[in-house]
Amino acid sequence: MIYKKQTYKKLILEDGTIFLGLSFGAEKDVVGEIVFTTAMTGYQESITDQSFNGQILTFTYPLIGNYGINTDDYETLIPTAKAVVVREFCRRPNNWRSSMSIHKFLSDKNIPGISNIDTRKLTKIIRQQGTMKASIVDNSVNNQEIIKQLQNLKLPANQVKKVSTTRAYPVPNTGYNIAVIDFGLKHSILKELSLRNCQIVVLPYNTPAKDILQLQPDGIMLTNGPGDPKSLPETIKTIQQIQTKIPLFGICLGHQLFCLANGANTYQMKFGHRGLNHAVQNHQTRKIGFTSQNHGFAVDPKSINPKKLTITHTDINDKTIEGVSSVKYPAFSVQFHPDSSPGPHDTSYLFDQFIDMITKYQTTKHYKGIKQCQKAKLR
Amino acid sequence: MKKSINKILVIGSGPIIIGQGAEFDYAGTQACLSLKEEGYKVILVNSNPATIMTDNKIADKVYIEPLTYDFLADIIVREQPEAILPTLGGQTALNLALELHKSGLLDELNIELLGTKLSAIIKAEDRQLFKQLMDELNEPVPPSIIVQNTEDALTFAQNIGYPVIVRPAFTLGGTGGGICHNSKELKTITAGGLKLSPLNQCLIEKSIAGFKEIEYEVMRDINDNAIVVCNMENFDPVGIHTGDSIVFAPSQTLSDKEYQLLRDVSLKIIKALKIVGGCNIQLALNPNSFEYYIIEVNPRVSRSSALASKATGYPIAKIAAKLAVGRTLDKIKNPVTNVTLSCFEPALDYVVCKIPRWAFDKFQNGNRQLGSQMKATGEVMSIGRTVEESILKAVRSLEIDIQHPFLEEIKNSTINQIKQNLISVKDNRLFYILQALRQGITCQQISDITQIDLFFLDKLWHIVEIENELSNNKISVNLLKYAKRYGFSDNEIAKRWHISENDIRQIRHQNKILPTYKIVDTCAAEFEASSPYYYSTFESENESKPLGEKSILILGSGPIRIGQGVEFDYATVHSIIAVKKLGFKAIIVNSNPETVSTDFSISDKLYFEPLTYEDVLNIIELEKPLGVVIQFGGQTAINLAAKISEADIKIIGTNLNDLARAENRNLFAKAVKKMKIPQPPGATATTINEALQIANKINYPVLVRPSYVLGGRAMEIVRSDDNLQNYMKIAVGVSPNQPILIDKYIPGIECEVDAICDGKTVLIPGIMEHIEKTGIHSGDSMAVYPSQTLSSKQKQVICQYTSKLALGLNCLGLMNIQFIVQDDKVYVIEVNPRASRTVPFLSKITGIEIAEIATQVILGTSLIQLGFKKLLIDEPNKVYIKAPIFSFSKLQQIDTRLGPEMKSTGEVMGSDTTLDKALYKTFIATGLKIKNHGIIIFTVDNIDKTKALKLALRFRKLGYYIIATSGTSKYFSQNNFKVDIVNKIGKTDNIIDIIKTRPVQAVINTSHNSNADKTSTTKPKLNKKIHQTQLDGQNIRQTAIEYSIPLFTSLDTASAILRVLESRSFSIESLPENKTTYKNPKI
Repeated sequence: MIYKKQTYKKLILEDGTIFLGLSFGAEKDVVGEIVFTTAMTGYQESITDQSFNGQILTFTYPLIGNYGINTDDYETLIPTAKAVVVREFCRRPNNWRSSMSIHKFLSDKNIPGISNIDTRKLTKIIRQQGTMKASIVDNSVNNQEIIKQLQNLKLPANQVKKVSTTRAYPVPNTGYNIAVIDFGLKHSILKELSLRNCQIVVLPYNTPAKDILQLQPDGIMLTNGPGDPKSLPETIKTIQQIQTKIPLFGICLGHQLFCLANGANTYQMKFGHRGLNHAVQNHQTRKIGFTSQNHGFAVDPKSINPKKLTITHTDINDKTIEGVSSVKYPAFSVQFHPDSSPGPHDTSYLFDQFIDMITKYQTTKHYKGIKQCQKAKLR
Repeated sequence: MKKSINKILVIGSGPIIIGQGAEFDYAGTQACLSLKEEGYKVILVNSNPATIMTDNKIADKVYIEPLTYDFLADIIVREQPEAILPTLGGQTALNLALELHKSGLLDELNIELLGTKLSAIIKAEDRQLFKQLMDELNEPVPPSIIVQNTEDALTFAQNIGYPVIVRPAFTLGGTGGGICHNSKELKTITAGGLKLSPLNQCLIEKSIAGFKEIEYEVMRDINDNAIVVCNMENFDPVGIHTGDSIVFAPSQTLSDKEYQLLRDVSLKIIKALKIVGGCNIQLALNPNSFEYYIIEVNPRVSRSSALASKATGYPIAKIAAKLAVGRTLDKIKNPVTNVTLSCFEPALDYVVCKIPRWAFDKFQNGNRQLGSQMKATGEVMSIGRTVEESILKAVRSLEIDIQHPFLEEIKNSTINQIKQNLISVKDNRLFYILQALRQGITCQQISDITQIDLFFLDKLWHIVEIENELSNNKISVNLLKYAKRYGFSDNEIAKRWHISENDIRQIRHQNKILPTYKIVDTCAAEFEASSPYYYSTFESENESKPLGEKSILILGSGPIRIGQGVEFDYATVHSIIAVKKLGFKAIIVNSNPETVSTDFSISDKLYFEPLTYEDVLNIIELEKPLGVVIQFGGQTAINLAAKISEADIKIIGTNLNDLARAENRNLFAKAVKKMKIPQPPGATATTINEALQIANKINYPVLVRPSYVLGGRAMEIVRSDDNLQNYMKIAVGVSPNQPILIDKYIPGIECEVDAICDGKTVLIPGIMEHIEKTGIHSGDSMAVYPSQTLSSKQKQVICQYTSKLALGLNCLGLMNIQFIVQDDKVYVIEVNPRASRTVPFLSKITGIEIAEIATQVILGTSLIQLGFKKLLIDEPNKVYIKAPIFSFSKLQQIDTRLGPEMKSTGEVMGSDTTLDKALYKTFIATGLKIKNHGIIIFTVDNIDKTKALKLALRFRKLGYYIIATSGTSKYFSQNNFKVDIVNKIGKTDNIIDIIKTRPVQAVINTSHNSNADKTSTTKPKLNKKIHQTQLDGQNIRQTAIEYSIPLFTSLDTASAILRVLESRSFSIESLPENKTTYKNPKI
């Protein structure tokens, strides 16, 4: 029986809570920020989402790995989540696309997992006390020492640097040229753009504005990514320089950076939004869509300067800002993932909107020249 | 022209039948309360008295009247509602709404149909229109054709290839449908289906058996906001009706890509149909690709939505009602969290398992094959944190005398037998799969045969692995912990370690292996929840805080099955209400997702748990309630009494010893003798000789039954030594050394009373009289209240005996007593120290909430204090009749003959100022349709012939044409009533042909001393001729059911329908001969 092959591991939280579990995946001790997602499907996409860089990812759904791991659903090939916490992982997955078990996948990717955890109890602790640091260690390790270490530990703030591509690379196609600035992008963003025939060039997060402009892209995509948006002050400046010239679409971290670039402020949420069931209202259409979300920071509504940004989307439950558009420029951004993967497809229309925006912008450009164009009120 | 809505009429779903069960009571109750909450005046119509929704408190006005167009129209004209809500009363309500619409009445009175528009309902329900819509949406449906004759069906099947599925249009639960593998099967099933379909239409469709069957429960509001409340995955692949499938929520084997693919489709469909409210979408997904098909769309709340509501905590019907009156999802609070909105897709952090409950314990010879026709009467649901845990908990919730999925009777099966049972799917397939795994058949082999996903099979294999670990190892705390985490019962672990269940409990306590209770909160703990809805698992954090000293635990009645229906949930809910009103905290334990009692807003705390000793005791140990109330949960709860009270917990109500005095036959006989109340003479026998001696001493006919079965199972009336010998051979053969009870059969008027006793005084809410004589189970009899034939003296004796029995047996709370009245003598035949099936019926009529009064009484209030000074409540002037409803057309190869074993699944009520009128309404409510002319076939047992002749003459007088089988017609003609003889089966133009082809209005068939419904393997060779007669009888009855021809197996019921027919017809007689004579006048 599988339980005999597993070794005991401990999950220790910064607040001193200790969970005894069993190891799976890679056998190694780790430290990171512990978060939870309420997604019931899409564990492969979640684990490979670079926004979880450095984080210990807890699944509230108790059974993970049921349909195995397949070759299609990666959001990155080199996932950098710190660890995975589950109630139970599936020893015998079954699905026509499955090529391996989650156990093998995590072992291959050198990511440790811990199972047999009362994930509901863990989730409630995170909900009540907020996101915190945690450690997965060997059963023999002294608890007090670990707790002390955790409390003194400062987590690295350079996650984007770790996950962004270091060299630009193209994804050739026949449509609009889109410069995708990679803060830890999910493949699904590229898939959505490719679906719309975009010719993509993926750029490192720290590509200077002039280099971007030199490429003369038709549009710019600011991707999702891990960590605090304020840790990227250079990028904020870059955005300020490019948003005046090229249509722009930001997602998740890209959204936060876009807001910061337009004078708004961001804050760290208590435990963030991570799941596939966040209901978001589009203010223009009044329509409510369900969205995939994965963020620990959010834009402060009080900091929005209505002369610069218009709030376009709001979470209907906690009223957090879920989307904005620029008052002056052809640019908008959303906090959630219209690229889903995992999650509902209710908001994929935003990619069409992006393409439409580019088209519209270019029509205007032909008529009135670039300068006037910048002043044109779009949408 | 829209007018403002003030008064809304809600149509209920009528009696409980297979395919339309208690879930509609739950949905209807929620909907009515929800509309009242919104400030509307609610008028409810339903013919089923055994429901919470027909309580006065649920709607502003309740009509318990037949659910037919005529009665409904009458109520509509009288009440003048501005709107009607038809989407919460199942198919019955939808069909009625269609009828009302077609008749033009709604337009005439300017009445709006709320919720989904009729055009959308028709689009979803009419196969052709639905297919068209799917084509427009570019969504795939399996290739199919609508046929109105068998030839077209055959041509189509030839073109696309077998197997094909036949689905008759507009029938309940797909009645009459099935999978056909060849032209012969296709011919028969199509012919039957066409007849059953009110539109005379069948859909013939390519079979996609073996695909994954996935359901989405979706909701939409008028602003086009749509949500998925829950998706569910059937353990059994496409091919078995979802109502007969084991179902998991959420889906277990779908990747996000597959989940979202089907979610998109579901939302696209609900938006295209413009559904306002809830909708169920069934899809088939190819297990080897992204290919999918839409199987079916139900544009209303359904059994699945009740399950989804309980599985997620999201109250679909409640919200659907609000959406129907124009509220929107983003403006309604989520009642579970109270912080989020209803525009929310629940996230689950547990696994839900539903297993259907079938009634094959009652129909042992019934065709147990599962297919596209639903056969289950009810279901259980369980919640766990692993698949294994939820399966095991669900199995022990089933109430089939097992605590673990291990069937004694199949443990010695050969590999071939097992494989055979994997191929042909029956209700017991889960048990065969586990047996297969135990005997070395691999998951892969099973999957190859059954197409069940390997994921699920591996979970079952894991259960077998744990079984083996337990068996192969000595007592180990770690192993115990492991087994408990995967849902094993103490009972099963104890068996494997050869110690007692209590020993395991002790080890668990010593090692702190205790259940932890988790909240069902719709949001996987992301938000703080206020819902008092719990399930158990074995983890580290227990979220359930005991409610404290003033709490009372009430045991529910488990799954709905024949003999224990929704009536018991009614009583349970009323007990909860009373407990709360008295200032106590009410805690309920139940395992049935279809019912009102498992709506978390009813009690102070709901434990969705199996009703077993271990699971209930775990809750008792945590909650430490003042006591446990067991008398409202039917036999389920009563059966737990002895073991629970061993555990030192107070049973509130009749105490254990006194329960035993009522339940144990010998103790009961002693007690009754002491009270000088007559009881039919009888004794117990264990051998054939003993039995013969007893029978000859008390004289035939005698009533025989094994002492170890309940609810009239295997009970028979025996009239001769021969028959008794046969019966004994079978009974002793089945279980030697088990005593057989033999009682004198007294053919009298059967009556029953419900009584409440506080220890000092007794209250009898009513004496009901059965229309059928003794010998037919009280649950299958028509009951009349007040009694129409008993003299006041007889009533007095009944009251006197009731009072004596109640006080003498120290009853505290409710009891139900059955009497037989023969001439002037009253015999007691049975006492049930608990709430009975008739509690809701009597409560509704008398206005006395019997279960609430009883609850007050058991908690210490005296009847005098409650103002009840008389023994018998004054009887009303109106006549009320309760009639049973059967689901025979859903089951094949079962004997429909009524007898001591209960066979009905539901009930209706009819009432009016006279017996005849009340009978008329009752028969109408049961769906009986008899034309005023046509053929009546008589084929009756010898002993019934005198009585049958009288009935035949009465039918004749009304103008019916009588034909009879040879024996019956011979007797008739000997008595100067010449009728046509119909050939016996086997000859041409026989009785079966006539039933099928001629305008037969009713078949009256009686037969006694039949063993036809028993298992054939143990049947000794009967007299061949008798045996043939029995088979013929069964064949005749089955044909009548199949062709929807009224069948009467009791002459008493036939006599009652005659009364109705007679009262309906005018007396037509030619004038008397002119007798006046004229004489020449003298001038």
